[in-house]
Amino acid sequence: MTSGSTAFRLAIASGKGGTGKTTLALALAEAQAQIGPVTLCDCDVEEPNAHLFLTGRSGPPQAVHRAVPRIDAQRCDRCGRCVDLCAFNALAVGGDCTLVFDELCHSCGGCARICPMGAIHEENSLIGHIRQLRRDNLQLISGTLAIGQVMAPPLIRAVLTDAAAAPLILVDCPPGTSCPMIAAVRSCDVVLLVTEPTPFGLNDLKLAVATVRLLGLPCAVVINRAGSGNDAAVHQYCQAEQVPVALEIPDDRRIAEGYSRGATLLQTRPELAPALHRLLADSIRLGRKA
Amino acid sequence: MKIALSSTGQDLAAPVDSRFGRAARFLLVDDNSGKMQIVENQQNLNAAQGAGVQAAQLLLRAGVNALITGNCGPKAFRVLTSAGVSVYHCDANLSGAEALQALREGRLQPAAQASVEGHWS
Repeated sequence: MTSGSTAFRLAIASGKGGTGKTTLALALAEAQAQIGPVTLCDCDVEEPNAHLFLTGRSGPPQAVHRAVPRIDAQRCDRCGRCVDLCAFNALAVGGDCTLVFDELCHSCGGCARICPMGAIHEENSLIGHIRQLRRDNLQLISGTLAIGQVMAPPLIRAVLTDAAAAPLILVDCPPGTSCPMIAAVRSCDVVLLVTEPTPFGLNDLKLAVATVRLLGLPCAVVINRAGSGNDAAVHQYCQAEQVPVALEIPDDRRIAEGYSRGATLLQTRPELAPALHRLLADSIRLGRKA
Repeated sequence: MKIALSSTGQDLAAPVDSRFGRAARFLLVDDNSGKMQIVENQQNLNAAQGAGVQAAQLLLRAGVNALITGNCGPKAFRVLTSAGVSVYHCDANLSGAEALQALREGRLQPAAQASVEGHWS
């Protein structure tokens, strides 16, 4: 951020959904935009919502595709090699021809390569769209999965590829700790894990910490709605695991009311700007150190 | 005719497994000879996804003509019916022997479609 020489990627993730990932991501993006350029990637492609809070100049939606196999019934001799190769059970030799189940396919391309009859070619299949929006220093890139599509990771990677040239990238991640979350965090330099002081929040925070550690990524915790539950349990866990608590956002009805009207955290509580600037600087230091 | 039953046990006295893709195992009964063969479904039971697709593949490779199971999803149904396998849904409270008897007496009708919705994991 300071030197501008290399891109820095900060992921905002959680285990549990609804802890405040987008609230924090937008707040950090708006705080950074006060002093320099920033790119916010909405990688929660199953239900992107950061765009609801921002207005600006937007470009046309850009279609994103992925490759899926198609079988030439004339050439397929139903040998089943593709079926045996596929780790995702996306193929089966049926009565007349090999059948493909697109929703199970991970687009590895192995079936097309192994087919001895040259009966498999790959076809592009639409999985979603990317939209860009710009408001002064703030660039938003968001992905939206097409209806009926279930493969979030390729679309998430496309969103991050679109942002690749930006000097500072904030990645608003999907909840959970499965493939979509991993696709969003794995190329980041540091991960901020947003939690709430509830049993569910803490349980899923533990899963998220274990996941980012497995990926070898440094992380810090942000407690949202601080003071609304068993805060001590979260602090105790973080201390025991030596995970820093980087920020606490107070449990404040005004923030929730503002959010429901489309007002961001920083618009409702502008006095939080210095704390958010500090959080950005601390996070970048943590990421650069690792 | 070779009939496959999803089974919770090792013989026809055991109840039919209500699940197809993640059934414990399949009992393959040859209607002519009366011989029975056990096909374990362990690999599909533990599959991250596509268990039904591969269980159906297993049965096609074993050359079955009919399947009796509790429920069958749309992807497995498509694989089975593409090869002309008739799918019969039965009450999972029935034992394998009772289900076979019901089929022989014409009390089970071949399903025209899957009995449950698909899922991805």
